[in-house]
Amino acid sequence: MVFDSLAQVPERDTGASDQCVAEDGFCPQWIVDNFGDYVQPLLDHTYLTVVTVVIGFAIAFSLAILAHRQRWLTGPIIGFTGALYTIPSIAAFFLLLPITGRGNTTALVALVAYTLLIIFRNVTTGLRAVPAETVDAAQGMGLTDRQVLWRVELPLALPEILAGVRIATTTTVGLVALAYLAGGDGLGRQIDAQITFKSNVALAGGLCVLLAAVLDLIILGVQRRATPWMRAAS
Amino acid sequence: MIVPTVLAFLGDFGEGLDFIFHERESVSGGVQVGGLGQVGGLALTHVEVSAAAMALGTALAAPIGLYLGHKGRGQFIATSISNVGRAVPILALIAFFIAFIGVGFTNVALALTLLAIPPILTNTYVGVRQVDRDVIDAAEGMGMSGSQIIWRVRLPLALPTFFGGVRTSAVSVLATATIAPLANVQTLGEPVLNPQTYGFPGTIGASIVVALITLGTDAGLGVVQRLVTPKGIKLAQGGRNAKGFSIPLVRRREQPT
Repeated sequence: MVFDSLAQVPERDTGASDQCVAEDGFCPQWIVDNFGDYVQPLLDHTYLTVVTVVIGFAIAFSLAILAHRQRWLTGPIIGFTGALYTIPSIAAFFLLLPITGRGNTTALVALVAYTLLIIFRNVTTGLRAVPAETVDAAQGMGLTDRQVLWRVELPLALPEILAGVRIATTTTVGLVALAYLAGGDGLGRQIDAQITFKSNVALAGGLCVLLAAVLDLIILGVQRRATPWMRAAS
Repeated sequence: MIVPTVLAFLGDFGEGLDFIFHERESVSGGVQVGGLGQVGGLALTHVEVSAAAMALGTALAAPIGLYLGHKGRGQFIATSISNVGRAVPILALIAFFIAFIGVGFTNVALALTLLAIPPILTNTYVGVRQVDRDVIDAAEGMGMSGSQIIWRVRLPLALPTFFGGVRTSAVSVLATATIAPLANVQTLGEPVLNPQTYGFPGTIGASIVVALITLGTDAGLGVVQRLVTPKGIKLAQGGRNAKGFSIPLVRRREQPT
């Protein structure tokens, strides 16, 4: 039925047949030997994370621009995305099954929902923090509303916006580990398949943390490059 | 008469709701599953293990956050704990406990405690830190001692932020308790993760209950948070903007996910 893949437990490779592996221990040699099996799940994990954040950003950013023009929309949007954010991801994965079926789509829908509040809030906060005098000056120079937004407000809000993207990204890496419950890919299935085997847990869990750290650093690097004036000021 | 019609109309969700209220035979046969009695029991364990984690987490994190914040030390620790905490996948945390420490109620409660600590610690720290320097100076000028300043000035002013942290923690702990059955603790995750016994309606039904418990807790603690907010802060803030996300450097209030 829908859940058949939950029952799959891969055969553990005990080619070395060493004591450590048999005792579910933490075995560096096993990790080195079997690292190859974790590459595809890692790539899937990365893919799901990136797609989630990109889609989430597109939606949340558009909503934030809309709310920037129509201030009264801010409250309702935060209320709605806040409610989505509070629903536990595991429950959301299963509650979506009757609608979107098993697979990456279900995982994506739920994961995108979690990024909305984080990114929306930070874009809104960033835009609001732009000094009124700066906007006045830009308008005085004859910039249209659209030009003020894209050339003045958004660049100045960029650090806050990217801070939101960083948080959304690390959070998503963690949540993608649960996507296997909805039939999605990623390192979560690896963790669950041999959850009592220390080497497996340490390797798959370690890769998740590493992925979060690397993606975080990449966005931080983008932020540094995109906002050279921040470095000059500090 | 009308209830079955509505349930049928809702399809899988109707079946799920029906699972919550009425017993049925398990998929593999032989055992009765579902119904208010069983679902209630699972919900009770769910709340118990979460409450234990929250109690321990608060007891550990609040005093440390308060002390560090008052002394103005440990900025790095308070903020990096929350950043690292966010990057560790919940599943990996539980799996780590299962593989390295063992299964059972205590271990799950301890794993969830680790999850509960970062938001409370960071929020207590930031809440205490963000109290206006002038307010502290005024309190000192009035002759208040160090401990009086902590209890009568810093603590009341930090309460809303602190409760924001408790709220965040409670939601993520309750949400995560759903995967506790992986460590042999029978929470609401039991029907969710074992559809081969409980069937798809069990999965949906229990998921609905988990979602309702978290949403309810979030709303309830939100009310508490508003009740403990001193009038002055409410006036200054002009609404509920106590929930903001940021990488916790020095400049902004932090409420991790």
